[in-house]
Amino acid sequence: MATAAARDTAGSPTVQETPAGLGDPAEFQRAFDAAVADDERIEPRDWMPDAYRATLVRQIAQHAHSEIIGMQPEANWITRAPSLRRKAILMAKVQDEAGHGLYLYSAAETLGVGRDELLDKLHSGRQKYSSIFNYPTLTWADVGAIGWLVDGAAITNQVPLCRCSYGPYARAMVRVCKEESFHQRQGYELLLALSKGTPEQHAMAQDAVDRWWWPSLMMFGPPDDESQHSAQSMAWKIKRHSNDELRQRFVDICVPQAESLGLTLPDPDLRWNEERGHYDFGAIDWSEFWEVLKGNGPCNEERLSRRRRAHEEGAWVREAAAAHAAKHRNDETGATRA
Amino acid sequence: MTTTPAAETVPTAAALALGDDALVLSHRLGEWAGHAPVLEEEVALANIALDLLGQARVLLSTAGDEDQLAYLREERAFRNCQLVEQPNGDFAHTIARQLFFSTYQHLLHDRLASGDGPFAPLAGKAVKEAAYHRDHAEQWTLRLGDGTDESHGRMQRAVDALWRYTGELFQPVEGLDEVDWAALERTWLELVTDVLGRATLTVPEGPRIGAWSAGAGRQGLHTEPFGRMLAEMQHLHRSHPGATW
Repeated sequence: MATAAARDTAGSPTVQETPAGLGDPAEFQRAFDAAVADDERIEPRDWMPDAYRATLVRQIAQHAHSEIIGMQPEANWITRAPSLRRKAILMAKVQDEAGHGLYLYSAAETLGVGRDELLDKLHSGRQKYSSIFNYPTLTWADVGAIGWLVDGAAITNQVPLCRCSYGPYARAMVRVCKEESFHQRQGYELLLALSKGTPEQHAMAQDAVDRWWWPSLMMFGPPDDESQHSAQSMAWKIKRHSNDELRQRFVDICVPQAESLGLTLPDPDLRWNEERGHYDFGAIDWSEFWEVLKGNGPCNEERLSRRRRAHEEGAWVREAAAAHAAKHRNDETGATRA
Repeated sequence: MTTTPAAETVPTAAALALGDDALVLSHRLGEWAGHAPVLEEEVALANIALDLLGQARVLLSTAGDEDQLAYLREERAFRNCQLVEQPNGDFAHTIARQLFFSTYQHLLHDRLASGDGPFAPLAGKAVKEAAYHRDHAEQWTLRLGDGTDESHGRMQRAVDALWRYTGELFQPVEGLDEVDWAALERTWLELVTDVLGRATLTVPEGPRIGAWSAGAGRQGLHTEPFGRMLAEMQHLHRSHPGATW
């Protein structure tokens, strides 16, 4: 959909056409602002502010990177899954994550960047991925905790993105959220089976929740007063809610779920606040968050090296595919081979 | 799982042979998760692994309890062919193994699907999946064989290394009496020879029978990497006897 102002100004340059020196830049900005204000979707060929484009590239790329780095902690358990049913569920989930990575790279590419370029930035550490994936999966129950808490937090973050002002990102999120909700229920169900299983299984589930709870709360990002991108992203309607609002929403959802799982959350300050109508919860260790973000978490080095290694070791395969395609480019049309 | 054959009519030996093939190859492909050379292959390899795991679950369930059979049998009780237990190696080794196995599986399931034996319903579904797996393996064999010098060399080495495990595929499986194994083998050789030729690769001259005597995997005689694979696969399940997951 083109922006409203573009359609309304027949005869003047539309927002799709932005040759330098043609039209008034302020006009494009006004059309963009009006479209955002009217909750219209910005599409790839529409004019958009450079900073809006750059913010989206950063956010969508990091979202894509998170999907593919996020395959690692879970793939860590594929070969050890304790039943064939669980193994099938986990394989399907890791496959979905690769698919989400593909949707998101495609969405990022509509903004004029290439997937290869974005992968380079990931591999060289110039673009980040979600800090949560720098935590290790130490037991089978971690697979459940990731599904319940990590995917739960991701969904809380991503559902509002389905209404994000940038169309391709919003549409990718609709598809991603459907599959993520499914994964989240499966994770919950995995933990439930453990919690109601043998004492050893119950202890395994509790231990996993104890280790994943606080890192999951950190997934919503720094507190509102320390979040550098938030105000602008909200003005552009890329974000719809503040980090702290989403974090509160997540806590409110999780507490009753933990109760029905028969598991506790590792926070002595967690209690219902009648006045606020929300759960109060304890202070997050932000020093840990910033350390993990800086690369000093438990698995930062391992995750990135493994991704780089997969890419480097696969270089000859990609080169072969390109060489084969070049040799046979004309096969279909019957033209002579190069 | 609507395609489960009626348990009482299914020859257990055949269900185990076919089920173990699918189970073990699925596991090997699962090891690729997070390591594939390109994101599209993460999806494709996991997809194939999932198809195979689905087949394994149906087949093992006809022979008993799928988890007991997968997690509580020891190495000598597995009936998979040795080809599927071979380590992934580089991408060329994985593709060569896929080419050999999926061509075999496609032909076998096609035969079983057209018969009226107990495996016909299952094979009817599996044959569609195997056709897709075979196409994937053929396309990559062509890309790697007829790609760069390096990929050509790697693909040829992979084909040569795995060739000796392909003869076993055609040792008759007990309970699959309707299959003309010699005809299956002839067709397999023709198809594989054709793909290798189009990929500018040479059909190996070495024997097509591995370190053990013919049909060794079907008799529970496996190669060394298999025990280690099972140790990893079964560890958690065995650590919690009687638990449900």
